Amino acid sequence: MGKYFFKRILIAVPTLIAISVVIYLVLALAPGDPLGELANSPSITPEIRENIRRALGLDQPIYIRYFKWATAFITGNMGYSFVTPVPVSELIWQRLPTTLWVVGTAYVGSVLIAFPLGIISALKRYTWLDQMVTTVAFAGFSIPPFFTGLLFILLFSITLGWLPFIYDSTLVVNDSRSFLLQMKQSVMPIAVLTVFQTAVLMRYIRAAVIEQLTMDYVRTAYAKGLSSTQVMTRHVLRNALIPVVTLIALDIPTVFTGALVTEQIFRVPGIGSLLITSITRSDTPVVMSITFIYAILIVIFNLVADVLYGVLDPRIRY
Amino acid sequence: MRLRTFACRPLVLSAVALLGAGWVSACNPAGTNTDSTETSAADVGTLKLLYWQAPTTLNPHLSPGSKDREAASPVLEPLAAYTADETLEPILAAEIPTTENGGISADRTTVTWRLKEGVLWSDGEAFDADDVVFTYRFITTPEVGATSGEFYGDVESVEAVDAQTVKITFKQPTPAPMSPFVGGSGMILPEHVFGDYLGANARSAPGNTAPVGTNAFQVTEFKSGDTVVYEPNPNFRGEVPSFTRIELKGGGDTVSAARAVLQTGESDYAWNVQAEPAVLTSLEAGGKGAMTYVPKPAMERIYINFSDPNKEVNGERSQKDTPHPFLSEKPVREAISLAIDRETITTQLYGEAGTVATNFLVSPEKYASANTEYEFNLEKAAALLDEAGWKDTNGDGVRDKDGVEMTILFTSSVNPVRQKTQEIVKQSLESIGMSVELKSVEAGVYFGDATNPDSVHQFNSDLQLFTFDSETPEPDSYMELYACDQISQKENQWSKENSSRYCNLEYDALLDQLATEVDPQKRTDLFVAMNDLLIEDVALIPLVQRSEGYAIASSLTGLDFTPWAASTWKINSWGKQ
Repeated sequence: MGKYFFKRILIAVPTLIAISVVIYLVLALAPGDPLGELANSPSITPEIRENIRRALGLDQPIYIRYFKWATAFITGNMGYSFVTPVPVSELIWQRLPTTLWVVGTAYVGSVLIAFPLGIISALKRYTWLDQMVTTVAFAGFSIPPFFTGLLFILLFSITLGWLPFIYDSTLVVNDSRSFLLQMKQSVMPIAVLTVFQTAVLMRYIRAAVIEQLTMDYVRTAYAKGLSSTQVMTRHVLRNALIPVVTLIALDIPTVFTGALVTEQIFRVPGIGSLLITSITRSDTPVVMSITFIYAILIVIFNLVADVLYGVLDPRIRY
Repeated sequence: MRLRTFACRPLVLSAVALLGAGWVSACNPAGTNTDSTETSAADVGTLKLLYWQAPTTLNPHLSPGSKDREAASPVLEPLAAYTADETLEPILAAEIPTTENGGISADRTTVTWRLKEGVLWSDGEAFDADDVVFTYRFITTPEVGATSGEFYGDVESVEAVDAQTVKITFKQPTPAPMSPFVGGSGMILPEHVFGDYLGANARSAPGNTAPVGTNAFQVTEFKSGDTVVYEPNPNFRGEVPSFTRIELKGGGDTVSAARAVLQTGESDYAWNVQAEPAVLTSLEAGGKGAMTYVPKPAMERIYINFSDPNKEVNGERSQKDTPHPFLSEKPVREAISLAIDRETITTQLYGEAGTVATNFLVSPEKYASANTEYEFNLEKAAALLDEAGWKDTNGDGVRDKDGVEMTILFTSSVNPVRQKTQEIVKQSLESIGMSVELKSVEAGVYFGDATNPDSVHQFNSDLQLFTFDSETPEPDSYMELYACDQISQKENQWSKENSSRYCNLEYDALLDQLATEVDPQKRTDLFVAMNDLLIEDVALIPLVQRSEGYAIASSLTGLDFTPWAASTWKINSWGKQ
């Protein structure tokens, strides 16, 4: 196990370096310029433009910029953003809590809802209950979050006037009243994301459980007189979980990058909206750091998933 | 219930911490405003501003856009600013220098500003002439990479005569000496905060995100790209503002920002609202507020390429000495101008946020020419083309002459209003027998790096559409847009501004005269003459003079806007009923 782990980590290092080089090249060679925003202001004379480029380090060749970025990333501050005079790491730390709260809660919520629903609709498949859950699930992932988001705003903020649709990140939660305000402003984005993710997960769990139910070992288990609860928890779920764990493990990094569209609609200052605005402003250091952290998380959680297989299925040994 | 201490450490990446980490949104990095009460828009002491473009820096001299000047102006101040009627109002200056009071020297090479006495920075330090001198050095030191250097190029030196007096010396007699340290590009920075950051490290100065200023407010919290929180500056020299807290929230889209003010009342003010007239009318029906429009010195226009974009000379297209096969003919340009329905474009796409433009120089009012007019007449346009010999000889539906077809490539940046404008123009031009291909380029590329063939600087199409503005009521530098020595070419890496490659010696002669003319009436005459020359020659086609729209809650009082400074320039006099 230890040796396997060590080997995997050793492989991960060159993989990550290769990923970072590729992302950096793509971003550096893509058209677009952080100075674009300045363009139709007459105050930007050619000399000023050149000074700004130099101040941002854009006058240096790509490979030097890459090494500078890599050093800054490893030492932790991730370099300075082109548009904001603060280190990229500070921007990310500023926004991570909000993203984890909104996107994380939504994900945990959808896992909690999807598991029972998926199992029930697998067990009672083709009954009215299954049909209903399936219909709702299809609706859930057919309607894109930006649309549900707008519907929610229209209904709860404008027609009913119950909930605010502007997320106030300066809110300090220190008593029950401010906690209530915090809940009020986050419930809509969380709900939008939960609806979508629950639908995806639930379909997945349902399929995995159904696949196991027809297996011979299930019949054997029933034959030796186990109750259906015991069959489910001890045998079926354990096997059905393997594909589901892969899915969840690979989804967790997306919690970090936030919800691009939903964050924008509700003005949630998370990583997703940071990524979007940085892309439109050609703020390479920020885009680079977020995508690269995402790559690192993907590699880590792949490893975590592999380890969990061993826990779930004792036959898998490394 | 106290959740604040939980998970304030940033290391919360592990999945286990997911739920707990949610509470971190409660962790306030500044941690200073625990005593301020939670507020809603109904709260009289709090002003809620909504900016769909979020401020990213609070140092206006490092800022890439006007959103940052908006956010900096409750904190930082210039020496003076132009009001809506183009008169100067002293802010940090005790009075406006004039030739009469000796502030402007008789030869117009120096300006001496006297500063207000007893002004303190928000941290208690005294403001004096050294801060002004320092600001000049900050803006002009090349390593800093400041964005506001335009008005400081002609300055020879800035020196502190004494603690309360600053003397600006220009390289030559200047007709417009009141541009440095005035308005948005003239905000004064504190030397004691930025003193150690006069170089390549300027972008890491803590003062960029936690500015120390002289205006009525100070920043207590700044989250780049998201929120700025202001509270009154205890050392402010003037009247205490009526708001005890301002929250500036950024991000999202412009329509929902207007909605939050006009329909749900969640915010008090939304900046620079751009939406279709019909949408705004329906939002205003909510009754919580109304739109206000301030005309800006910005004009949406069609640029005409005077050089041939389809012929390559010495490795560059649109070379200035290869005339355009048909746009270099004046009757053709006239025909295009006659064929464009500016009225429809203005009313349908801009509504109250625009008026039909007939001039190159639209603002200030006193310099705008009254001699120009606009006409939409398709028959006349077609007749002009016939006369000039452009006829459809080969029957393909497109006019031609000497084997050259009238095909036009018309570019603009990606933006719904611009694409609709392009559509309208295309329809009109095709109806008079031209063939028009439309192209829209992503704004970062279009306005970005000049070496990109798709950029506005290279102008490798026949027509292009965008807005250009003049930032000051003395638009001398704006007039250089059509100077012969400003032609954008490969030899200058397309860094100059005359992308139309228009060159008219008569215009250049007027420009030379303008550079030395100090008499106000003669200056006005020159501006008008230059404008009329460009319009008469159809060097460009003005479309719409743009206004900036603000959504304002009906409870707000005391608002005062000027086209020449940020909309927040007098935020200390705003109030709420």
